[in-house]
Amino acid sequence: MEAPADNYVDALSRLALFADLTHPQLEVVAHSFDEEVFAAGQRVIRQDVTGGGFYVILDGEAHVVIDGTERSRLMRGDFFGEISLLTDARPTADVIAATVLRCLIIPDTELKPFLLKQPTVMYRMLQIEARRLRAANAWDG
Amino acid sequence: MGRLAGTSPDERPFPPGEYDVVVVGSGPGGLQTGYCLARSGITRSAVLSRDPAPGGMFRRWPVYQRLISWTKPDAPFAPGTREYEWYDHNSLVGDEPAHQALVRKFMDRSHDVPARGEMEAGLAAFAENVAVRYECEWLTTSRDENGFVIGTSDGEYRCRVCVFAIGVTEPWTAPIPGLDAAPHYADTRTPDRYRGKSVFIVGKRNSAFELAQGLLPWASRIVLASPRPVQTAVLAFSPLSIRYLSPYMEHIRGGSGSFVVDAAIERVERHADGYRIRASGTTWEGEIDLEADEVIAATGFRAPVRDLPAMGVAMVNDGRMPAQTPYWESVSVPGIYFAGNVMGASAGLRKHGATSSAGSVNGYRYNARVLARHIAEKHFGIASELPHFTRDEAVAFLLGELARAPELWIQKGYLARVVETEDGYREGGIVPLADHVDRDGGDSVAVTVEYAADGAVTPFVYVRRNGRLSEHALPTDPLHRFDTHEHRRQLDALISP
Repeated sequence: MEAPADNYVDALSRLALFADLTHPQLEVVAHSFDEEVFAAGQRVIRQDVTGGGFYVILDGEAHVVIDGTERSRLMRGDFFGEISLLTDARPTADVIAATVLRCLIIPDTELKPFLLKQPTVMYRMLQIEARRLRAANAWDG
Repeated sequence: MGRLAGTSPDERPFPPGEYDVVVVGSGPGGLQTGYCLARSGITRSAVLSRDPAPGGMFRRWPVYQRLISWTKPDAPFAPGTREYEWYDHNSLVGDEPAHQALVRKFMDRSHDVPARGEMEAGLAAFAENVAVRYECEWLTTSRDENGFVIGTSDGEYRCRVCVFAIGVTEPWTAPIPGLDAAPHYADTRTPDRYRGKSVFIVGKRNSAFELAQGLLPWASRIVLASPRPVQTAVLAFSPLSIRYLSPYMEHIRGGSGSFVVDAAIERVERHADGYRIRASGTTWEGEIDLEADEVIAATGFRAPVRDLPAMGVAMVNDGRMPAQTPYWESVSVPGIYFAGNVMGASAGLRKHGATSSAGSVNGYRYNARVLARHIAEKHFGIASELPHFTRDEAVAFLLGELARAPELWIQKGYLARVVETEDGYREGGIVPLADHVDRDGGDSVAVTVEYAADGAVTPFVYVRRNGRLSEHALPTDPLHRFDTHEHRRQLDALISP
């Protein structure tokens, strides 16, 4: 099996979160923030450990696990880690790679300046958060 | 690469055959890994290199022959002590004087950082007592039922585990239309060749600034361009700031003939008299349409991984580096490990975005020790003999590590010192912090030195008790005294069952 060798900018351009960015803006994202690839089973975000970042899945899948119980599954285009950064609190869940998992990572200290510089990404993020909230409320109801 | 027929019998070590571990490479990463494996209890490890002599990239680079990492020939601690290593970021590390603090012996003290040749001499001295089969080039990789088959210019090597210490040395040109017509940093000639010329450098990282600095006395105009702005706050803490920032200073002060531009390069066109460059501003609105006599691609390097991606080794950083677990194993092909500066692609916890020193000698020399111990334990069942402590000894030991351990101070937030507390107190070695945090182990305490959210260098303690991990920051200190009475009191309280 040949591992996917994707051009980083192309991979970013396919994500809904970055759909409004121009090519030069995508180049800045690609040059500013690392990608990382995790082994299946490897932890990406740790419950109760500080200093995590904002992660966007470029390829692969991940589990969200709270106190050892799987709560949801994330896939390409999904993002995680933002709740902890926006509320300045420790993560309340582990995120664990379910397959080989490729992510873009924005460090905690750089998320706010990035979103303020790229309001279209912030707006897309808000839309997705709103959908998640509605889904969660529908579930509760 | 083959040896001439009719010369004396081949006396090189490690002929083709069966081994436990095969290491590829004789740069600092390969030498350090070979040295550590030879002392790990693994009896059959081989080191192979296509080069005729040790030193890896330092046999040739940096282009302008001066390193950016310091070695202080004289320091408050004697050369050869563990504490001295914090003052010497270039020497490999060993257990005997023949393998300790070697780079300082070759420095002429004209600079606080070694010249390329001084670094190479230090590595060659280290290599005198490390067996390497030189002029044996790795060509192919495949699997068999027991592990791997490494095809080389000398024949086949079979092994259960392989370690590739192959450097990040293959010139990588960014996928910009037309840029491949321009020479890469690696092909740059002497600076006088650029006399009176306008030079456009694609890139704004180490190699780009090194070139610009070297060309300042020669070129008539220098433009450095890449999409991302220079992060001045980051550069202030970088070794780059000392050596390469003159071009940037000239630019921001509106000086003469140096420009540092934030732009995505759209196209480079070669013509009879030079080049035409078209680019779009990234931190500003607008386009660039510029002529230059010379263009140089300083867009970095990639690891020369040969056929590893074809056998499933996942890559990262635009396909430039193999993706690795916290123990520097391929994320997708177990049994394939990496050493040397390729280890930089195993980023660790990245707390607050901090990256490790795993990509430079000062960091990966320690990773190699950790790696050799890990391979010995995991693949060959060889357990390390580690000392037991009383409780007071354990606290004193951990405080001493927080105050002085070069592994923790150089690999901040990346390597941790562990004491196991499951059944009494027992030293647990130095491990990747990510492994300690994620493992399902017994009770233990680990300490690290990290950058806190505000950037302060801060001691951290990770306590695992009854399967639950907790993280604690100890007080920071302006003089970095992390073994005070208060630190002792807090650490003691955390260790309490």
